[in-house]
Amino acid sequence: MEMDAAKLIGAGLAVIALAGVGVGIGNIFASLVTAVGRNPAAKNEVFGIAILGFALTEAVALFALVIALLLLFTF
Amino acid sequence: MNSPVEQFTIKILYELNLFGIDVSFTNASLFMMLSIFCSAGFLYLGAKKQSLIPNRFQSLVELSYEFVANMVKENAGKGSQAYFPFIFTLFMFILFGNLLGMIPYSYTFTSQIAVTFTLAAIIFVGVTIIALFKHGFKFFTYFFPSGVPIALAPLLIPIEIISYFIRPISLSVRLFANMLAGHTMMKVFAGLIIMMGSAGGILKIGAVLPLMAVIGLTGLEFLVAALQAYVFSILTCMYLHDAIHLH
Repeated sequence: MEMDAAKLIGAGLAVIALAGVGVGIGNIFASLVTAVGRNPAAKNEVFGIAILGFALTEAVALFALVIALLLLFTF
Repeated sequence: MNSPVEQFTIKILYELNLFGIDVSFTNASLFMMLSIFCSAGFLYLGAKKQSLIPNRFQSLVELSYEFVANMVKENAGKGSQAYFPFIFTLFMFILFGNLLGMIPYSYTFTSQIAVTFTLAAIIFVGVTIIALFKHGFKFFTYFFPSGVPIALAPLLIPIEIISYFIRPISLSVRLFANMLAGHTMMKVFAGLIIMMGSAGGILKIGAVLPLMAVIGLTGLEFLVAALQAYVFSILTCMYLHDAIHLH
């Protein structure tokens, strides 16, 4: 019983990482908006980099998710 | 109702045993072969009738070729053209694997850490061998970039070494976790439709909401499928760049 509770709390703690990811993704797109606002001609070039940054940041969220799933289902 | 992670179970289709090692033909192997056949067929059929003014099929093939060729040229830099066939194969294999996984009742082999880690380990070992072959012992200066004060060495060198050896893990977990999370999320929302639809009254009408969410998510998953294939191959290009040019 205590073990189950610890697992649930641990999984909950693991996804705190999402706070940082939220800040990160927001930052990426805020910078994208600023960059396109300043220089609309660079949109295509900047957009590709932004999407790459988005994918790399999103991966951090998924690492946290994997750890949460591992805690929930394998221990 | 089935569990949302049941779609990832590996079923043995044909049992095989090679010197005591289980090498059975599973649904994952089937879809890996399908991915190879589809990408090879796509490229072969598209490039078979070469005309100066390409039809839609041929321009699709040319588009994918040019996309990867530009990616390799821009990210891996000079002297990387020799590795273009490998990157292109890798990109098409993962792309078709991800896209085939989007067909209902099919299987996504990229959602298996064993598959993605094998790919990442091959890339990691290959890139390290290329770097050692090209630079010899000079390769180890990679872990301590020139121009950095020597006092920072005890701090910087462990960080660089760890970040180098964590590469195959982050590369494989990124692809695997994206596919796993995406497909699980779609199944959870699909389960929500059934749960709300089978409940009576006002909830039955409310089932439209998760249905719309699933339609949106399907579109998002197609984006993720292409994006993750792109990210996987672009990171391979960047690792190659480090191996060829050392920073």
